[in-house]
Formats: sequence, structure tokens, C-alpha cells
Amino acid sequence: MKLNNLLIVGFVCFASLASANPEQKGLEIAIEADKRETDFGDTTANMTMLLKNRHGEESSRYIRLRTLEVDGDGDKSMSVFDRPRDVKGTAFLSFTHKTGSDDQWLYLPALKRVKRISSRNKSGSFMGSEFAYEDISSQEVEKYTYKYIKDEPCGEADCFVVERDPVDELSGYTRQVAWINKKEYRPEKIDFYDRKNSLLKTLTYKDYQQYLGKYWRANEMYMQNHQTGKTTLLSWTDYKFGTGLTNRDFDKNSLKRAR
Amino acid sequence: MLLRIFLAWIFVSSSMLVNAADGEWSGYIATEWRIFIDSPADPVQHGDNTSLSAQAEYYRDWNAGKQSFRFTPFLRIDGRDNQRSHFDIRELNWTSVHDNWEFTAGIGKVFWGVTESQHLVDIINQTDLIESTDGEEKLGQLMFKLNFARDWGNIDLFVLPGFRERTFPSRTGRLRSQAAVAVNSAEYASSQARDHIDAAIRWSHSVGDWDVGVSHFSGTSRDPRFRSTIDKGRAVLIPVYETIDQTGLDLQATKDDWLWKLEVISRSGQGERYTAATGGFEYSLYGISESAVDLGLIAEYLFDDRDELSSTPFEDDLFLGARLAFNDEASSELLAGMIVDLDNGSRVMSVEGSRRIGDDWKINLEARFFSNIDPQDSLINFQKDDFVQLELAWYF
Repeated sequence: MKLNNLLIVGFVCFASLASANPEQKGLEIAIEADKRETDFGDTTANMTMLLKNRHGEESSRYIRLRTLEVDGDGDKSMSVFDRPRDVKGTAFLSFTHKTGSDDQWLYLPALKRVKRISSRNKSGSFMGSEFAYEDISSQEVEKYTYKYIKDEPCGEADCFVVERDPVDELSGYTRQVAWINKKEYRPEKIDFYDRKNSLLKTLTYKDYQQYLGKYWRANEMYMQNHQTGKTTLLSWTDYKFGTGLTNRDFDKNSLKRAR
Repeated sequence: MLLRIFLAWIFVSSSMLVNAADGEWSGYIATEWRIFIDSPADPVQHGDNTSLSAQAEYYRDWNAGKQSFRFTPFLRIDGRDNQRSHFDIRELNWTSVHDNWEFTAGIGKVFWGVTESQHLVDIINQTDLIESTDGEEKLGQLMFKLNFARDWGNIDLFVLPGFRERTFPSRTGRLRSQAAVAVNSAEYASSQARDHIDAAIRWSHSVGDWDVGVSHFSGTSRDPRFRSTIDKGRAVLIPVYETIDQTGLDLQATKDDWLWKLEVISRSGQGERYTAATGGFEYSLYGISESAVDLGLIAEYLFDDRDELSSTPFEDDLFLGARLAFNDEASSELLAGMIVDLDNGSRVMSVEGSRRIGDDWKINLEARFFSNIDPQDSLINFQKDDFVQLELAWYF
């Protein structure tokens, strides 16, 4: 009986997905993906960025990151730079908002100065890498409009292919095409199209790991710039969930103390 | 006496901490070359110069970061100016963090303010003027600091024992006043002299696009006034440190591409009460001509109601600047600026640039030019001191 009920519910859900128009279905996929990300509370992680130019020259950045989920709004996050050594101790505090501009502060350790900065530079490079600020800031459903395109195999899994168009006119992209894992609702690959609508970058998620039996995090995120030949490999280690962070760990005082 | 005991206690307990295993050291060693365009105003002053500096930082935290210890010694060895060769403890402090408050004891550094051309509100630390002509380098200040974080903002309370005198170039040094400053003969208005214990309070808050701070400082002025006298047949300037009360406001509105900034102070204790202000904007253009380069345009007005009597040369001046951030792997940056005196047309121009080389090296360029200086302007002291400086730093 129970199994029957489940099957019926499942069938109804499937039917509603199948019958929805592409915009509706794209949005539903985004909402489901977002739902599976909620209630994580807080996380900390270490990140290494390996930058490579077309001549194969490399440079790296080490960053520690902590994130706090905010009910009804975008996440709060703090990034602390360990390398390059000349920017060691530099810290970046960001309050993302579902709508409107984000709040951002930068801490410069040599002067002990906290600077409120403009968050309008969404399409700018993060630390000289191929990731723009908008690529690494918290992904909210409201930041895009969606259109489901098709189903397609992606590696060993099956994916929804969804086009998402940034709502913010300051975005550096006309559109993104995302391959979303149909079972886990996690992104496997994203193509970014620049303002002239030509393919700019491809982001590939690798080596996913599940935390708390629920949240998927890729150990590696590989961004290729097709126009410049530059690449950036983000490697994540030491993911921790539920570390007990509070709002107090995301204010200007903690920014000045960040290490 | 109490101060000495306290300092001794800090040294002993911190040497124990530094010896413990799980802290970390970082820092830099740098060589600086400074080339002067003109011969000095006074023939005893030196010409081109080479200088070495090093700063290390030891940091350790425990109890999940709720307690931390920091030690930052700084050393410069200068080729030509023995007063510029100096050692300073920038930081040697312990911080304890609690739910709604935190406490710091020891030598520390604190910055207040928002503007770029000058820092009026910033007053906790003494300026290490001999380090940098822009006044942004600071000496470590002994402090007890208590911070309360509340929904309506932050309150910082400071008790500041152990006054630090400003550093100045020696008679052979450059970018000095025509009469050299007699640093060993400083005078104080207070009978307690440098043992006067200063105090300060600051409220700061962020609401939406606005960041605001209101502060009050009561104690020995960080910037002295000067008394001219004759010592061994030479004209010298005696720094006179008076006891002041200064109330300050710093305000920034972050409106999309525009940062609107204002700093105002009102000070009593150095003659008549006076007001000084700096206000203006920074406007940013992102990714100019489809490149990754950002351009920031800065304009600030500098005001001081003491007019020509003011102790700074900036009493009715305009600062115009442009900041280029290349957003490349080498984090290349360039800042060019000019301060013009609107009354007499005196101009100070400056260029600052930096670029990382490889992973651990950095090259810094700095140049300052003084032009069209009015003989009545206090900048006349530096008229022959145009310089270009290159610094190469290795970070560890």
C-alpha cells in the first residue's frame, strides 16, 4: 500500500514535470537543487587555486573559507588568504542577498584597515583567476531565469541540460548552460557565454563527495577559458559542516581578527 | 614603574608562547633604493640612498581561535640616515574573544577612517613618519582595548599608556623640515609628559549601504606643534606635544559604483578649537575597454579652518587620483594622485605601483614630486626632495 502511494506520488510529480513548459521545468529543477542545499547551517573549507596560462606557467593561491547560511537571504561568507604570501592575512567578508547588491568588506592587514567595497564588479576576476566574483558567490534561485533544454548523459550519470540567464544586468554573461545531475541535482558542468554570446568558459565539477549523508561538494572545480587558453583548478579540502559558526564570526571584528 | 612591570610580564609570557610549537612565522625582507632628482636643500643632507627593512609576524591561536597571540617586530637599517635605522614592536598582544565582547592587551595597531588622501580620524597609533612620507606607517601602541558587539553597533574602549613620540629624519636625512627636528628634546604640555595615560572610545556601525564611526580621543596629541630654537648655533625645531580632545566622524556610503566618503574632526588643546575635514568620492569603472582592468577615480577635498596656521599643509586643497587594478596573476596595481592647494597652487604628485614576481617576490614603485610650491606653504621644506623609489621585497 505504502509503496503504491509512493509510486503514485512519484508518477504525479513526474507527470507535472513532464507537462510543464521549459521555463517552468527549468525553475523547478533549480528549486529542487536549492532545496537539497538548504539547512546546511555552516561550513568551513580550505581551497587551493592553481592558475595556469597558455604557456603553462603556474601560480597558486591558498584560501580558507567559511560560510553561514542565512534564513530567507543569501549566505554570509568570509575568505582569508594564506598565499601568495604578500597578501597573507587579507580577508574578504561578503553578505550576499537574493535581490539587490551584496555587501562586501575587505581587510588589509598591513594597514589594519577595513574597507567597504563596491559589489558591482561581478564579472571581474577573483584573484587573477578564471573565476569571476559571480561564479564563486552564493548561488541563489532568484539570480537567474531558467529554461530546461533536454536530457543528456553526462559521464556515467544522466543530466538535465538547463539554460540559465543572469537577472543582473552587470553579469558578464548572456547565458549559462548547466548540466544538472538528474539523481543528485548537483551541477556536473557549466558553459558560460560572454556578453557577445560566444562560448567563454567551461566549468567542470570533479570528484564529488557527500557530507552528512546529504550535501554534495566537488573536491575539484576546473575552469577553462576557451578564449585565452588560461585555466584555473580549484581544489577543496577539509570540508566541515555544523562547526557552530554564528553571525559574530561574520562581522567586521572577526574580519580584523581573521587568520 | 607599573608600565615596565607590565611590559616585562608581556615579554616573559610571550617568549614562552613563541617557543611553543604550533604557531607560525611569516613576514618579509626588503631592499629599497631611493633616487633624489635634485641636490638637497641643505648640503649636509644625503643623496641617493639604499635601505633594508624586515618585518616578521608570529601568530598563534588556541581554544578554537577564541584566544590568540601576535608578535610583529620590525627593523630598518638605513644606509644614510641613522635615525631612520630603527627597531619597533608593531604588535605584541593577546586577544580573548567572547560571545558579545573581546579584549586585547599589549602593543597593537588600530586604523579608523575611510578617506584616501589623508587620515584625520585615525589617532590611536603614532605615525612612523621616517618610514614613509605618506604617514601611513605606524608605531606600535601599548593598549588595553575592550570591544562590545551589539545589534546597534560596536563600542571600542581604549586605555593607552606609554605615549610614543613621532619619528623624524635626522639632520642628514631627507624629506625633513629646513630646521631639523630635535627628537630628543620633545616637550609636553602635561606635567606627566609621556606617562600621561590616554583614553579613547569609538562607536561604529554598518546599516545597509552606510558605514559610520563616531570617536572621541582624550590625551597626548600624536602630531606635535613645533617651537623654533637655536641649538649649538643651529636652528632646530622642538616638538611640543599638547594634551588634546578630539571628536571624529567617519562616514561612507557605498552606492553602486560610487563610494562617498567623509571624515571630520574637531580638536581642542592646540590653541583654539578647530575643525578639519576630508570628503569626496571614489568612482569605479570595471573592465575598461573589454579588458580585465578596473579604473577607480578619486576626488577628495581637504579642509582645515585654521587656514595658514594649520599644522598640515592641506587646509584648502583638492586631491585627484586614479587607481588602476590590472586583475592579473601578478596583482599589478597603479595609483597616481595629485594634491593641489586651491589658494596658492602648490602641488604634490605621487605615483605608487606594485607587482608580484613569481610567488614570493614583490616590487613596489613610489615617486613623489613637489612642484609650483609657494614659499609660504609648509611644503616648501620638501621642494628639493622629489624622489623615485623602488623596493624589492621577499616574503616568507
